[in-house]
Amino acid sequence: MNKTPILEIKDLKAAIDTNEILKSLNLKVNRGEIHAIMGPNGSGKSTFSKVLAGHPAYEVLEGEVLFKGINILDLDPEDRSHLGLFLAFQYPIEIPGVSNEDFLRLAYNAKQKAKNEPEVDPLEFLMIINEKLELVGMSATFLSRNVNEGFSGGEKKRNEILQMILLDSELSILDETDSGLDIDALKIISNGINTFMDNNKAIILITHYQRLLDYIKPDFVHVMQNGKIIKTGTAELAKELELKGYEWLK
Amino acid sequence: MINQSNKTLNTNITKLVNQPYKYGFSTTIEKDIIEKGLNTNVVRLISHKKQEPDFLLQFRLKAFKKWTQMSCPEWAQLKFSEINYQDIIYYSAPKSKKKLNSLDEVDPELLETFEKLGISLGEQKRLTNVAVDVVFDSVSIGTTFKEELAEHGVIFCSMSEAVLEYPELVEKYLGTVVPIGDNYFSALNSAVFTDGSFCYIPKNIKCPLDLSTYFRINDQESGQFERTLIIADNNSQVSYLEGCTAPQYDNNQLHAAIVELIAFENANIKYSTVQNWYAGNERGEGGVYNFVTKRGLCAGNNSKISWTQVETGSNITWKYPSCLLVGDNSQGEFYSVALTNNYQQADTGTKMIHVGKKTRSRIVSKGISAGQSKNTYRGLVNITSKALGARNYSQCDSLLIGNLSNANTFPIISVQNATSKLEHEASTSKIGEEQIFYFLQRGISIEKGIELMISGFCRDVFTELPLEFAAEADRLLSLKLEGSVG
Repeated sequence: MNKTPILEIKDLKAAIDTNEILKSLNLKVNRGEIHAIMGPNGSGKSTFSKVLAGHPAYEVLEGEVLFKGINILDLDPEDRSHLGLFLAFQYPIEIPGVSNEDFLRLAYNAKQKAKNEPEVDPLEFLMIINEKLELVGMSATFLSRNVNEGFSGGEKKRNEILQMILLDSELSILDETDSGLDIDALKIISNGINTFMDNNKAIILITHYQRLLDYIKPDFVHVMQNGKIIKTGTAELAKELELKGYEWLK
Repeated sequence: MINQSNKTLNTNITKLVNQPYKYGFSTTIEKDIIEKGLNTNVVRLISHKKQEPDFLLQFRLKAFKKWTQMSCPEWAQLKFSEINYQDIIYYSAPKSKKKLNSLDEVDPELLETFEKLGISLGEQKRLTNVAVDVVFDSVSIGTTFKEELAEHGVIFCSMSEAVLEYPELVEKYLGTVVPIGDNYFSALNSAVFTDGSFCYIPKNIKCPLDLSTYFRINDQESGQFERTLIIADNNSQVSYLEGCTAPQYDNNQLHAAIVELIAFENANIKYSTVQNWYAGNERGEGGVYNFVTKRGLCAGNNSKISWTQVETGSNITWKYPSCLLVGDNSQGEFYSVALTNNYQQADTGTKMIHVGKKTRSRIVSKGISAGQSKNTYRGLVNITSKALGARNYSQCDSLLIGNLSNANTFPIISVQNATSKLEHEASTSKIGEEQIFYFLQRGISIEKGIELMISGFCRDVFTELPLEFAAEADRLLSLKLEGSVG
């Protein structure tokens, strides 16, 4: 199979509050691949996801991030999103007073607009979203509730995956989407992700646990430590980590 | 880095929030003024110029005496330099040679001013379904749809006109809801008020049009002291709208108004305000000092008074539209959105005084603070011993934008019987960096994101506004917060 890279990260260094967190990070992801990033707490996994999405609190010191061949480090977060980059938040944000339906429609239409495609009206949107709701096992009542407000941990995570599917993102970074999920919810979400995934897309899973990888088979597993990827392997590596922890890698 | 990104965020928000004030122009027009300063002679002169009956002159003199014995209240969360009452013009009226027979004779300069403000007085282009009385500086310029209203027996005219044409009504009700000595600013207003609107809805009449007053302060040194009195007789109904703007000056103008509402048995008054006085510049210089006393009396059984306000302007806002629920089963409502930005200060809220049995009140207050502004909700729910079975629901929500703004709430509840029920809810939320980043990550622009959050936050209040005003309120907040997209 002919592989095309969707993401190439070269020597990426980034800091928050003058603390350098990412120290020369390199990663290449091709279309059709699922990569898992594991690593101990504080190794820089979440920083990595925020930097890719363009969070203003992080400063890129050095390096290059090519997404679909475009250096996205100079792009605003919304432009990165329009290009097809999606971040499922570890802690999804609550937005009081804004219904999930309005939020999702606005996001969908922003994307349509960026692609020069017609925006949809609320009725058309309902048809589109209802179909997607089934994929993550959510009921239509989710739409009328405020964005993430009063959602359980599991509901918030489902809502993130729903948005990923709705926006049909090309590269999705899922930051600890599995944490806080019970087994049933984990199965449903994993099914949703597997149905969504195809040869044109790529997914980066940030996780602490091997159990997610039982449901979503990664092509590569990376271990991140101290702001760098220190080891890369296959799904077997995750199993080994589950048994031995991270200490032996040092 | 956090500080830096906060700075970026604040700059972004500041950019959005600091849209230029578009009503800041002034009109050059020939004026009849009384020289600056305040004393008994000025009070007499105002009364004389307006050819008022003696009862009103006595009313004014009594008020002036009272005012000189009072001092400016200091309990509000407001900081401002002392007002020099001798440095204010208390009477400023556009000079007109003769009495106007129709609005077409109004000075074209004035008509143009109001055209610019989106208020059309010309016969051809009047707002449909809304009768408008416009007050320019101290004097009412004209009232539309007067004859049409008269057919239903509805009186809608300027206060000056009412004093001359319906003195018995004015004498009977003026100062009955807001007594002369109620507070410092009510005493001042009672002494020097120059105009305002008067409205009487007779028994069994549902007012066929929305009534509206549009206030404009034009003169740089004049204060505006208007007085509004609305009386709704048994089984009548009226919806009243009030709008206000002022030119952009770098000194502070004083606005101290009184609004009195009286609802008799089964009557229903809905009073809506979109206040957009000039708020001062981004350094807090200039802008209107707004000290207003608004109060409604539910005198009859089953009567209802509802206040809705959207407060976006003024350097200082001191305003507590209140309801005295005297009639059994009467209802009071207060819906408010107060937005402050830059160095604006707002201390606003309501009082619901329950006297009658089974009286009900509902308070929904939404405060939005941006920039370095200060937004305070101050409320009193007083359920007296006679008000058996009374109910109150209060909700006070604050929304902070950026990191430098300030929100306070001071709800006071006093219940003197055991059969009443009260509910109070309060929340504080913040439009912060993480929320904005969440929107951005989903491809939604910062403007759209803030717009969505603000309109969600204000929804409970906006649905209470009459249709014509809801659009204006939305536009106004858009102007103030969402920025010029495109």
